[in-house]
Amino acid sequence: MEVLISRYHPDKDDEPYMQTFEVDGSQLHSDAMLLELILHLREIDPTLGVRYSCQEGVCGSDALNVNGKNLLSCTTPLKSLKEPIEIRPLPGFPIIKDLIVDLELFYQQYKSVEPFLQSEPLDPQQEHLQTPKQREQLDGKYECILCACCSASCPSFWWNPDLFAGPAALLAAQRFTIDSRDITTIDRLHKLDSPTKTFRCRHIQNCTASCPKGLNPSQAIQSLKNRIVKGH
Amino acid sequence: MSESLLEYDFDVIIIGAGGAGLRAALLLTEQGHKVAVVSKVFPTRSHTVAAQGGINAALANVTPDKWEWHMYDTIKGSDYLGDQDAIEFMCSEAAEIVRELEHFGVPFSRLNNGKIYQRAFGGQSQNYGESQAHRTCAAADRTGHAILHSLYQQNLRSGTHFFDEHYAIDLLKSGEQVCGAVVMNLHDSQLKRLNAKHTLLATGGAGQVFRTNTNAAINSGDGLGMVARAGFTLQDMEFWQFHPTGVAGKGMLISEAVRGEGGILRNSNGEAFMERYAPRVKDLASRDVVARAISIEVTEGRGCGPNKDYVLLDISHLDGDLVRQRLPGIRDISMTFLGKDPIEEPIPVFPTCHYMMGGIPTNLQAQVVTPDHNSEQAVVDGLYAIGECACVSVHGANRLGGNSLLDIVVFGRKAAQSIDAELKANTRRKISEADNLEVILARFHRWQLAQTTDDSIARIKKDLQTVMEQGCGVFRDLDSMQTALDKLLPIEERLMEVGLNDHSDVFNLDRLAALELENLLIVAFATVQSALARQESRGAHSRVDFPERDDSDWLKHTLYSHRLRRLSYKKVNLTPQHHAPFEPKKRVY
Ligand SMILES: Cc1cc2nc3c(=O)[nH]c(=O)nc-3n(C[C@H](O)[C@H](O)[C@H](O)COP(=O)(O)OP(=O)(O)OC[C@H]3O[C@@H](n4cnc5c(N)ncnc54)[C@H](O)[C@@H]3O)c2cc1C
Ligand code: SF4
Ligand code: SF4
Repeated sequence: MEVLISRYHPDKDDEPYMQTFEVDGSQLHSDAMLLELILHLREIDPTLGVRYSCQEGVCGSDALNVNGKNLLSCTTPLKSLKEPIEIRPLPGFPIIKDLIVDLELFYQQYKSVEPFLQSEPLDPQQEHLQTPKQREQLDGKYECILCACCSASCPSFWWNPDLFAGPAALLAAQRFTIDSRDITTIDRLHKLDSPTKTFRCRHIQNCTASCPKGLNPSQAIQSLKNRIVKGH
Repeated sequence: MSESLLEYDFDVIIIGAGGAGLRAALLLTEQGHKVAVVSKVFPTRSHTVAAQGGINAALANVTPDKWEWHMYDTIKGSDYLGDQDAIEFMCSEAAEIVRELEHFGVPFSRLNNGKIYQRAFGGQSQNYGESQAHRTCAAADRTGHAILHSLYQQNLRSGTHFFDEHYAIDLLKSGEQVCGAVVMNLHDSQLKRLNAKHTLLATGGAGQVFRTNTNAAINSGDGLGMVARAGFTLQDMEFWQFHPTGVAGKGMLISEAVRGEGGILRNSNGEAFMERYAPRVKDLASRDVVARAISIEVTEGRGCGPNKDYVLLDISHLDGDLVRQRLPGIRDISMTFLGKDPIEEPIPVFPTCHYMMGGIPTNLQAQVVTPDHNSEQAVVDGLYAIGECACVSVHGANRLGGNSLLDIVVFGRKAAQSIDAELKANTRRKISEADNLEVILARFHRWQLAQTTDDSIARIKKDLQTVMEQGCGVFRDLDSMQTALDKLLPIEERLMEVGLNDHSDVFNLDRLAALELENLLIVAFATVQSALARQESRGAHSRVDFPERDDSDWLKHTLYSHRLRRLSYKKVNLTPQHHAPFEPKKRVY
């Protein structure tokens, strides 16, 4: 099979270029994921740079842009990909080496929304009670693995990664505004009421389409905006 | 290049940002100490994120419970090799530590009365072995993710300083004291010397030493390698948990929560075979028992599939909505990697290497201990270890499901408390000047200079994993282990000769893999040598040639010194501080 990979070694290359590999598919398992192919290529060329770790889609290390779509290489079946397979780093971020990008701005945005529970202090003999219904509100919000597939597919984030929080950060922001244990909702919504940080989202929904965990950041942002506009 | 060494001073450095490292960091930062956390991956990518089923604590939210019952189950589960004082401490802290996690924001699943949901897990009982307990607190089947992210988030709140994507190479020493570590920034290979009054290792497991495993690529036992190179011992390395239900042929985990929620193992005759091996608790027997049962079913020809090499985990009789709500992650794994919806079709499973019961020996304060001429437990000044890389020992010869997440946060907090107390009591403690920097740099430079050869790091690693799987798997005997040991020696030679293909300084994964493989090899030697010597079967160490447990000769911990390539032994603690001791008994489920 034909595989094209974006290569860039800062010590030798002026800019990224595509390198073509011819791979003997019979060397791989019939139900191989894309990561298996990439690791096979790394055996042929150990200088190929790529992040990966858990190999089961929970650590969020191996987000890539493949045939134009952002995805996790360890949960994408090879068979689902049309040939030639074109593998690029996540768009919108500075490239460090080959498929490895610098996610610093992505992490900064996440940190900027105060993504931590702020609850009523309670002595350690007690639990904050939460009904199954209240807890259900968090489903689809807390499972984010910070892979950046969403933010790297969002045009608003590409243009203003320093100003617009981006879908992953806003999903986290939303999660804490609806956690029944959090006591800072009003303050949170107030801080999110910003034309750049939150309202730069144009509801293009690329983010939701690209989330490998099936989460819906677009809807979360919509609901955040509604609450801000309605004055909470 | 990495020639110029950047230098930093800290009160405490923590190597590892999994659940253990992050719990410790939170307390130390909150107490105002100068703390740095070093992690070779961004913190939320640590392997704690993969834990599924839950964390044990006798909250008694579902069934009546007491921490003393949990203590009994853990000691029995450990096949009496666990230290009873450490187990007592862990179980008595459990309820508070879990509530504290809830306060940190962990989105635990909830019961109708609003309290934390608890499920049944293997080896858990009420009233010292009577009926099944529901003790495992769960956030659906993503408990590790929920805990790791919440702890990272609280560290953002407290302002902990992180060195992300930095790889710790070795411990700095001044005489026999530890005074920091040399780390490398993966982005540019810049070496940094982190001098510290206290160094805390939280580097996680080493499951990559076996071919089929549930561990991440980063689980290469680096903390153990560092400790061994520093001249200290490793404990109980013959005890590796093979999780009974890995996805057959692939290894990723299908949590015990599946059986906790009612899943049943079946062989090719459709028989629920666990009834024969553990008549009382059946599929919820301890992990070593279930892993052996599956292996036996397959060896005796009752495996499923074209090669009869796995058994089936069946949940098709459970309510679909319950599965979607309680086991969404498992359903996802099954659908992604097998194309099967477990609500309709059973999951093919086989034992897979999962957890390292052994590790860096510590005392109850999480201080690293090593034998010297005066004592079998001399404290290493300045060095602490917690989490899966440590062996305190609460898991003994076999860990109960749900007890590792507990271990990492209980001893994460405990280590931080001991360091905090030490820093406050001893305000004049200075950072010592290291005297082993040259040696550390020499090892690193060898890899910088290693020219390309025909052999490669990837090939040596694969061979190592195969040797270990064949020699030290679920069942072992003298022959299999001796063969493994004989094959490790040439592998060690190859690692000394092999060159690298990548000579750049930016994300040089080839060099990183070489450094990790050096650690894995130490773990492999420690495992085989400790296992060869132990002439009995206990917990996860099942010898065909010595099928019985032998308390008169082997109720003791193994210590392995890699520097001397020698074993020594130390007593098991059988004297808890509050509860009456539990005398070793035959273990039946
Ligand atoms: C699939 C799976 C499911 C599990 N489910 C459960 C469960 O339901 N319940 C339960 O109790 N237990 C479970 N366990 C076990 C439990 O999750 C682990 O034992 C535990 O999370 C280990 O935590 P830790 O903090 O010690 O290490 P880890 O989370 O592995 O973290 C290790 C850290 O060390 C860092 N590190 C390592 N080496 C270096 C180095 N050289 N330089 C810099 N940093 C380094 C890594 O970057 C990482 O941050 C499960 C394990 C697996 C694999
Ligand atoms: S919906 Fe908003 S956040 Fe998502 S891709 Fe569109 S603009 Fe970006
Ligand atoms: S929302 Fe989805 S795509 Fe975005 S970072 Fe989280 S897991 Fe990844």
